[in-house]
Amino acid sequence: MSQERRVREERREAEARKVVADLLKLLSTADRLEFEDVVIDARELTIEFIPPSAPTGPTYLKLTVEPVGVPQPPGGKLEFILEVTPTGFRLLTPPVPGAVPITVPPIAAVPKLVEFIKVEYKYPSLEFKGSIAEVKIGATKAEGGTRSTVIKIGGDNKPPIFRFLGYVVNRPKVALDVFDTTIPLPRAVRDAYGDVLSNPYEWAKKCINVVKADLISFHLVSTDPGIKDVSPQEAAKEVEQMLQTIDIPFIVGGCGNPVKDLETFAKVAEVAANERLVLASVTFGMNIPKYVEVVKKFNHVALALIFMDVTQAKAICRRLMDLGLSKDRIILDPTTAALGYGTEYSFSAAERIRLAALRGDEDLQVPMSCAATNAWAAREAWMKLDAWGPREWRGPLWEAVTAMTMLLAGADLFMMMHPLAASIVKSVTEFMEKQTVRDVIEKEVSEYYSWVTKRY
Amino acid sequence: MPRRIKPLDVYRLLPKLNCGKCGEPTCMVFATKLIERQTTLDKCRPLFEDPRFRENLRKLMELLRPPVKEVTIGVEPNAVKVGGKDVVYRHEWTWRNPTAIALDVHDGMGDEEVERRIKFVNEWFYERIEKRLGIDLLAVRCVSGSAERFVKFVEKVCKLTSKPLIVCTLDPATLEEVLKRIGSRRPLIYAATERNWREFADLAVKWSCPLVVSAPNDLSKLKSLVVSIVKNFGYEELVLDPGTLVSNGGFLDTISNFTALRYSAIEFGEREVGFPLMAIPATVWIFESGGTEELEFREAIIACSLVARYADILVMHSLSPWVYMAVLCLRDCLYTDPRVPPSVKPGLYEVGKPTPESPLVVTCNYALTVSLVRGDLEKSGIDAWLLVIDTEGTSVASAVAGKRFTADKIAEAVKELKLEEKVKHRSLVIPGYAAKIAGELEDLLPGWRVFVGPRESSDLPKFIREIWSKEVLGKA
Repeated sequence: MSQERRVREERREAEARKVVADLLKLLSTADRLEFEDVVIDARELTIEFIPPSAPTGPTYLKLTVEPVGVPQPPGGKLEFILEVTPTGFRLLTPPVPGAVPITVPPIAAVPKLVEFIKVEYKYPSLEFKGSIAEVKIGATKAEGGTRSTVIKIGGDNKPPIFRFLGYVVNRPKVALDVFDTTIPLPRAVRDAYGDVLSNPYEWAKKCINVVKADLISFHLVSTDPGIKDVSPQEAAKEVEQMLQTIDIPFIVGGCGNPVKDLETFAKVAEVAANERLVLASVTFGMNIPKYVEVVKKFNHVALALIFMDVTQAKAICRRLMDLGLSKDRIILDPTTAALGYGTEYSFSAAERIRLAALRGDEDLQVPMSCAATNAWAAREAWMKLDAWGPREWRGPLWEAVTAMTMLLAGADLFMMMHPLAASIVKSVTEFMEKQTVRDVIEKEVSEYYSWVTKRY
Repeated sequence: MPRRIKPLDVYRLLPKLNCGKCGEPTCMVFATKLIERQTTLDKCRPLFEDPRFRENLRKLMELLRPPVKEVTIGVEPNAVKVGGKDVVYRHEWTWRNPTAIALDVHDGMGDEEVERRIKFVNEWFYERIEKRLGIDLLAVRCVSGSAERFVKFVEKVCKLTSKPLIVCTLDPATLEEVLKRIGSRRPLIYAATERNWREFADLAVKWSCPLVVSAPNDLSKLKSLVVSIVKNFGYEELVLDPGTLVSNGGFLDTISNFTALRYSAIEFGEREVGFPLMAIPATVWIFESGGTEELEFREAIIACSLVARYADILVMHSLSPWVYMAVLCLRDCLYTDPRVPPSVKPGLYEVGKPTPESPLVVTCNYALTVSLVRGDLEKSGIDAWLLVIDTEGTSVASAVAGKRFTADKIAEAVKELKLEEKVKHRSLVIPGYAAKIAGELEDLLPGWRVFVGPRESSDLPKFIREIWSKEVLGKA
């Protein structure tokens, strides 16, 4: 299109706009219209005037045009409905069936007075009648244990990061996994820890000193009858040694065999009496009364593992409570699937459990844990594949995203493995407890649009 | 709770002609499908053609409008729809219109970089359950400050891709020039701010393009801008940018703001904020420091968190596959129908043309796992029997932990399906993640050998060739 022609067209458009504005003014006052001296480049033009159906409802114009000089549309006619607005008119979406896409923009009249209308946005005032029990992990000397700190989780009466309702009572905590025997670990994890992997106590120390773990999750994998079948007595010695090596609270994990785990827990609980460790975990396959007895007698915390299901979650918590365990002694693990391998089920199960608890379901008012380490089961996390990029970043990202998703759903305690993933999740949790300092975000707000205008 | 419409409410307003023009047998079926968002109103021709139904059409459009408006960017066949959300929580009802992901380019970039980025947008994909997931949109930024240069750049970009664009400039004159050239492609305009909203709204209306309304970290200002545009211009093709802050505290404020806006729109029916939400994780590259991978990592975390927290559009800057794999994977998961587990019917499947001498491989019934195992075997030309156990649509690792993949179930399936008649060798291969059930399984299946295969199905062909074949068939 030549420059000259474009100018001419623009002028025509401006004129048309004025005509339309005047026309609309007329339309708004009249209920009957007659046209005179109108020139239209079309074989046929029908304008149907559709009055508002209610005093405040919109007015429509239906235009049927049989154009000249353009390729004929199917059926020979173009048909579209325009909605009359205070300032002009606009094409109604969705478009009328059969109408061909319109490439000419609808003409809008420039309003005479465009006022800024100041209104207030009110953050939703949500009220939740339930609150989550606060669970304490670890006991100090004063409480009969030997830990230097006590970790508190739960205790909130709102979903996480609803900052308009307040800040979280206790930020979620990050536990780093330590295994008591060599198991196959992904390359990125082996590289991150190096030599200490062969020594669980050194491994735990590194997690505390370098990764700044809130807790340790000590997995007694060697007790597995299919692996080393280490006896409960020996396992208890390992726990004693861990108690002496580190001074922060920890979680003791079994091998997943409900019979053997219960035997192991009984011995471990005894040697660590009053330390308020977490015994992970109790399932429906276990002798639940016996497990509860061990937890109560030696003053520890229960962790119940169920499979992504609200009904199961209710049932196991109810069972533990019926056996005399109070809410502040229970943590619920609704199972965390790796990103891409069932994430949505974990996410929705956790979200539903937390919402039900906050809406008043007393059976579910306990903190939730998330084994984000499971993310490493995904091939996307560990497999070497050039097209997917470096796994030393990809793997930790997979773990961190798995954790973040569960954090948003309401998880209060994370079991993680890679230092990079663990530290980013921990750094997010640290800011959940406190109000954002105005100065910190002022620069971000005032220079916000440099994301558009700057090179980076 | 979200507003749920009843089929009768819709049926009452339909023509009730049962003409079948919409492709449904009756108006009642059509009404039900409309509510389930399985069809669209424009399929009902009489409703649009017969003036008698005009009032009903208006009412229906109002009734069926989701609390978060659906906005279309671009033109068919490449249009991308965003928003159109009915619920806050995905467990209530499927989230519709997956978060659209945009990659940025700008008019100060070298040709090579621009071409590399556009190629990535056009061609790169991540394959998941037989779907190809890729980048949806291209965000074109004006950094030169020159309208002329920017217009040329946008025109060049248009020649290189058919993906819809987000035009990013805050200057009305520049925007006008761009729209004169490519307005008919219906790009999303970024953005109307408190400074330029009158001109931007005017141009958006004129060219009938969707418009982003932006007020970083100030929701009252954001709402005021929306109200000003809706009231003054009668225009509602809007997208909201409540600001994406990326510092540790700011990021949490952003998540909280997204949550609040979505709650207001859906649970409290606040129309003024019932529009799609745009997040811009790319701001990481302005406000955070660190190496490329560190910033990419941070951008990915922010993007994923906002996918889970209601972002309908993301603008990103990273150019590494692993970043988009995580974002697209999470998006693909969260936007599934919560009522249907992505599962395969349990039972015995054939991979290739198995014989009684072919290996018997056991796995869970999670669709993704089955497709991976099948694919890995097919790719390496191994014929096999694939026994799929009902794990309620969950992966092996989760199912073992949750007692869904048990020795009992496998033994039962082997007996029920009479597998001793299918395979001569009486052996089966279970996944490495299920190693702990091997002993129990051998006890339950006397006369059978249980092989613990690799944890990952990509290692399965090697395992079958080098270990299973040797042990069972006596040849490698």
